[in-house]
Parts: sequence; structure tokens; C-alpha cells
Amino acid sequence: MSRKGFRPDVDAPEWKGGHTPYDILKEGTIALVVIGILTVLLAVVFGSPDQPAITLKSWSNAAPVDFATTALSELNGTSTTAAYGAPYNVQPASASQSLGFLKLEHWVGVRIPIDAANDFVVDPLKTLPYGPVLHSSLKNWKSASTSTRAKWVANYTKASANMKFTDGKIVVNATNAGPVPVMISDLTTMARNGALDQALLTGDSFYSTDYTDSLLFISDGNYLSTLATKDHLQGNQWGVMNETGSYPGSAWLWLYTFWYQIPPFSTSGNGDILVLAVMVLLTAGLTLMPFIPGLRSIPRRSRVYRLIWREHYRNLK
Amino acid sequence: MSTSELDRQWTTRLRRRAVSKIPPEKMLPDTQPSYVSSWIYVFGVATISALIVVIATGCILALRGPTWWHGSDVGHFVNSLHLWSVEIFFFSMVIHLWGKYFMAAWRGGRAMTWITGMVLFLVSIVTALTGYVSQSNFDSQWISTQAKDAINSSGGGAYFNLLNFGQMLMWHIVLLPLALVFLVAVHVVLVRIKGVVPPFEVNPRSDHE
Repeated sequence: MSRKGFRPDVDAPEWKGGHTPYDILKEGTIALVVIGILTVLLAVVFGSPDQPAITLKSWSNAAPVDFATTALSELNGTSTTAAYGAPYNVQPASASQSLGFLKLEHWVGVRIPIDAANDFVVDPLKTLPYGPVLHSSLKNWKSASTSTRAKWVANYTKASANMKFTDGKIVVNATNAGPVPVMISDLTTMARNGALDQALLTGDSFYSTDYTDSLLFISDGNYLSTLATKDHLQGNQWGVMNETGSYPGSAWLWLYTFWYQIPPFSTSGNGDILVLAVMVLLTAGLTLMPFIPGLRSIPRRSRVYRLIWREHYRNLK
Repeated sequence: MSTSELDRQWTTRLRRRAVSKIPPEKMLPDTQPSYVSSWIYVFGVATISALIVVIATGCILALRGPTWWHGSDVGHFVNSLHLWSVEIFFFSMVIHLWGKYFMAAWRGGRAMTWITGMVLFLVSIVTALTGYVSQSNFDSQWISTQAKDAINSSGGGAYFNLLNFGQMLMWHIVLLPLALVFLVAVHVVLVRIKGVVPPFEVNPRSDHE
């Protein structure tokens, strides 16, 4: 077939050659059986990972100082969640990631409102059974002005460098810190008893399947991250495509994960949106390949197709 | 009932259109062009087969609820089947995709077949992500808390909250599988309508000289 206007990367020649018998149902059935057997073999030999989830209880028992330090960061507004910005709380646009003038995260605004100090510390403490010391501390906190609270928290934060966990209690030699020592200590005890897990999960309703608060609180601490490092799950360890144990994980994300290993993506504060932008461009390019002159010629020019259809080309000779 | 009345029926019109677009001999062919002779063609049907195993094992997990597999040996084994069928699914799909790329399988009016295949790949990635964050274990915690930043940076985290277990589970077992099965159906029907793309040259001399 030789005709004018034929575009080899867009048009396909008409097949006038022979046909061979093809039993599509038999092929599908055989494939299903083979894949089924292969799946069973892999499952029997390798199994699957299932490392138990950590809880606020397990975290605060394993690393009480890390827990208390994180609780303090929620209270003084320095935790990742407290300073996150959209979609969790109001922060300057600079707190959110942007791609040039595109500030998508900031423009969407606060849709999952989280006030770290109240949601993670003050409100859970209110759910505890009555205790005179805590009751009076929470009353003081509630009645104090914003500047007084800030002064208390600042004084406690300054002294917290020497925070210790002794005799089942968080100890910080802070002066002029108002109710903050009691609040942090009682929240740690509450977490160690398991009550904080429930309080964060069922704050609004008996039934809940939303772990946003608990997960944000846990991820603000160092404990989760330390365990993840041991399991080679950090971003700079190709963590997006790994999972616990020696399993293939999401190997299909290798290119996405690759960008996180090199600058500027690995060093930029806008790394996530930069990687997303690159992947959107590459994916759009691959999806729209049939319409992009030059790129759509690569398969023909690479001649890999001669390997795929080698029997056909052998017959042509 | 008159013939003209039958002709106006939606059902009649749809059936006639469907049969003219894809007659039974195209939908369930018993022959194929002789150039369809390569191991690369195996990976398309392998992908669909793996998807069937993925859905079947997912249905078994769904029968007993999302945390059953943590405390049951049988449940854990079914989870292992689910995991490995997903791995085979992606392995087959990626090879199928690159095979079709090097065949320039979009030629001859097959661009939509290529595009639906690419969209299927993307939807599969999102489905797998929602599966990972619905496992209710350490992996879920780590993956959801890390991946949320990427979704949030696009503004999408406000509506697609990886930390919301209930929302992710629903996406994973209802919405995304429906989308996947629909897209697979469209993709396969397009393949059947257009047939398998021929080689660049089908005659001894180049076809486009």
C-alpha cells in the first residue's frame, strides 16, 4: 500500500494478509487460571506485611517525652499541623506550597478546620473525669487573655529543654507557666491510658471513621518518623514506593518517587507541588502522545516494533 | 405495534447501533490477523485476569470488614492474595502499556483506545493508593500522612482526605472499582471495534513510501 498523505505515525496500513484461528474465551480462561496460580504461589511464599498501627497510647508509653514535646508544640503553635495552613488552618499564603503565582493550596482555603491547641490538647482534657487540679487549670486557661496564655506557654517551652519523665509523670521545672505544666502532664497521662485515642476519634460522634486528628497529631511527633526511617520509608529513601518489610510496594511510582531524590525537588519548600507539576506534564504528554508530532514518531524511529513483530517481519522477507 | 413505532424505541435504536458498531464476530472473534504473534500480546489479557483476581479477593476481604485480616490467618492469606494480584496487575499493565507504545498502537483511529488505557493506568494508581491507606496498619499511617502533603499542595486534600479512613475505604471499594471496570469495558470494546493495530509495514516494501 503506497498512497499520498499517509502519515505513518497516525495512520495504519490496511491488513490484507492472512488470519489465524483465535479462541478468545479459551485464551482468557487460561490466562485467568495461570494468573490465579501465580498469585497463590506468591502469596504462599511471600505473604504480606502487616505492622500494627501505632496509637497515641503506644507512642506516649514508648516515648513519653516525645509525646509531651509534641503536645507542647500543638499548644504553642509550632507543630507542623498548627502551622500547616490550608486545608487545616488559616496561615499566610507563604505557609502553603505554590507553583509560581499558582497558590492552589491556599486558594482552596480551610476545609478541614483544625485548631491544634484546642482540638489536640484543651478539648480532650475537658473530656476527662473531674479532678480539682485539672479543673482549676482549665478554668485558668479559659479565663486568661491570649497574651497571658502565650507568656505561660513561652515560659514552659523555654524550660522544656530539660523535660524528663519520672515516676510516670512529665516533669519540667518551669516558673510562671500557669496551668501549662498540669495540662501537658495530664494529657500525657491521658494518652498513656488510651483515653486520648478515643477522645480524638469520637470527639463529635459515637461512630467515626475519620482519623484525621489522631494521624496529624501522631505525625507531628518524631516517633512515627523514627520507626519509618528504620523501615526505609522516608521520602529520601524512596519511601513513597516502599512499604514495611521487603516487599515490592508501589513500584509503579518509581518515576514519581525519583524526583524527590534530586534537587530542586528534594530541597525546595514547594517540592510536592513541583513534583506533581512535572508528573502532570509527563503524564499529559504520554496520554496525548498520538497527537504530538515528533514524540509520536519515537516508536517508529526506535524500531523496537521490529522486535515485537519479528515473526511478521521474518515472514515478509 | 407498528414497525415505525418499534424503530423509534430507544431500546431498538440502541441495539441496532451497538450491533452495527460491534457485530458479534468482532466482539467475540474466532480469528485474528497473523501478525498478532508475540508474547507482548499476553500482557493485555494478563492485566484483565489479574484485575479479576484483585476484585475477587477484595470482595472476600469486604465480606468480613476492613480489620478482619489483622486477626485471622485466613484473612491475612486473602490479603496476601489481594496484594500479589495487585502487583501482577501493575506489572502486566506497565509491560502492556510500553508494548503498545512501541507499536504506536494509537495509529489507524485508535487514539481513544490509547487514551482510555492511560486513564486506566492513572485510576489504577489512585485505587492502589486508597488501598494502601485503607489497610489500617502502620503502612496506612505512614503513607497517608506523607502523601497528604502532595494532595494538599494541589488543593485536592480538602476534598480527598487521605487521613479519613472511611472516605478512603469507600473510594477504594466502591467508586474507583466502578470507574476501573467501566474504563476496562470501554477499552476492551474499543480494541474489539478497531482491532489490533497492524505493524508499520504490512507488505514487503514499506507501506508509506
